[in-house]
Amino acid sequence: MSDAEREDLRRHGILLTSLEELYNWGRSNSIWPLQFGLACCAIEMIAAATARFDIARFGAEIFRPSPRQADLMIVSGTVTKKMAPLVVRLWNQMPEPKYCIAMGACAISGGPFKQGYNVLKGIDRFIPVDIYIPGCPPRPEALLHGLTQLQEKIKAERLAGPDTARHLRPENPGEFPIPDYGAHDLQPPNNPALFSPPSLPRKP
Amino acid sequence: MGPQHPSTHGVFRMIVTLDGERIVKLKPVFGYLHRNHEKIAESTSYLASMPYTDRLDYLCSMTNNWAYALAVEKLGGLTVPDRAQYLRVIMAELTRLVNHSCLVGFLFNDLGTSFTPLLYAFREREKILDLFEALSGSRMMCNYQRFGGCRVDPSPEWLAAAKALVDNFPRFLDEYETMLTGNEIMLARTQGVGRLSAADAINAGITGPILRASGVDYDLRKVDGTGFYPRFDFRVPLGAHGDTYDRYMMRILEMRESVKILQQAFRDLPAGPIMDPKAKLRGFRPKAGEAYGRLEGPKGELGFYLVSDGSPNPYRYRVRPPSLINLTLLEDMCLGHTIADSVVILGSIDIVLGEVDR
Repeated sequence: MSDAEREDLRRHGILLTSLEELYNWGRSNSIWPLQFGLACCAIEMIAAATARFDIARFGAEIFRPSPRQADLMIVSGTVTKKMAPLVVRLWNQMPEPKYCIAMGACAISGGPFKQGYNVLKGIDRFIPVDIYIPGCPPRPEALLHGLTQLQEKIKAERLAGPDTARHLRPENPGEFPIPDYGAHDLQPPNNPALFSPPSLPRKP
Repeated sequence: MGPQHPSTHGVFRMIVTLDGERIVKLKPVFGYLHRNHEKIAESTSYLASMPYTDRLDYLCSMTNNWAYALAVEKLGGLTVPDRAQYLRVIMAELTRLVNHSCLVGFLFNDLGTSFTPLLYAFREREKILDLFEALSGSRMMCNYQRFGGCRVDPSPEWLAAAKALVDNFPRFLDEYETMLTGNEIMLARTQGVGRLSAADAINAGITGPILRASGVDYDLRKVDGTGFYPRFDFRVPLGAHGDTYDRYMMRILEMRESVKILQQAFRDLPAGPIMDPKAKLRGFRPKAGEAYGRLEGPKGELGFYLVSDGSPNPYRYRVRPPSLINLTLLEDMCLGHTIADSVVILGSIDIVLGEVDR
């Protein structure tokens, strides 16, 4: 059946859908983010939840205090090396399917504090990030845009077949190694499955 | 508790020893947001560390800018024109409104109201942030103050909008107070909780509304006469008991005083330049020396200590953060109370972790 025919039926009040579409529709419109703020971006995340921006319009207003009840981690703010193991632990405690938004320059790359010895140069070295929202801090509208982009991503996920969603493939881990404090840096300094530093070609 | 906890106001950790539900020992753990602010500032130019001061206490970027600019102005021997002084007072008091209303919202969150006071507070915050955005181009990280003055001159429309907002603000405060101040649960949970005596507060170097809640009449706006504050007629509210309820009331009363200051500032705002013509932003190289600029920020005395060796970077750069110093007596305030009270006491101290850890 073509999309046009389906749309025609929809106009008559007949809804034809697949289980996959229904499942993704339900999940994408009821995202439960983790109530978890790190720094400045967290204030804008709170602002996104309040009256003017109202994240509730997108069905994502139930900020959960416990990672075990959440399926979206918004890494809002600077992740320091002291905090990174705890962020990874929280991520590990979240049940699948789960998603991660890196909100703001610090969470993406260390941002303005990149040169600091104690600041992680991007949380994507330890946990997989689905959506990156640039800005310092991003406006609440930007967070909402990131959220709608995540919804699009969830809606496009497949339940079966060769391009099955990440969380449905058994070979993909839901847990990631928690880095430990080493003598100089976190051990390991990154998760090689997710990130490896670019090799620097040196001239002989 | 923490560092990931909905009520620790960021990434703050408390190691609490309990006897039943009573706290017998409490050890705060900092450093989860240590971002090397001071060292980065020592390796960049004076102007380039201005945006970093915004990110110190991310609810009051305007006052952070001002305190830093004060220190640099002392170092470089700059004088600020009258109009810029008035604009700085306007920005600082608007920031105080933002900070205090948000703090009260967060405090009630810690008390267990789900969201409503915070919704009201953020509604007002958005209106003030609109003004900041129109002026500085950014909502939160308002990079507005400069050494020797301010960056842009507000338009008459901006001033009219700001004046209208300030004139309306007491109505919001009345509404806020009707909802919160006499609330029975609030009274039961905050009166007599987290007592801090005046002597202890002075000994620990605590400043700001927390010190004044203990009954000590010390406000840098009066004592130091920073900016043009001596020209304004306002009162410094004082508490009597030094408990959480007094600290809450301090914020509400201070907001009312801020409104008075703002109204006077809009009335008396002079015309004229907004920058010292001697001020040089790029390639600014002050003579060797040291300076300490301080200001009554919404949380207390915010100071910047700078040492210059004549190079374009400060040789030494140090922040005196009110949040961190106010936090030092957390254990004394919490001892003997329940763990649920410790959350409220922490909320009433008004910390921002960006400033605690820097």
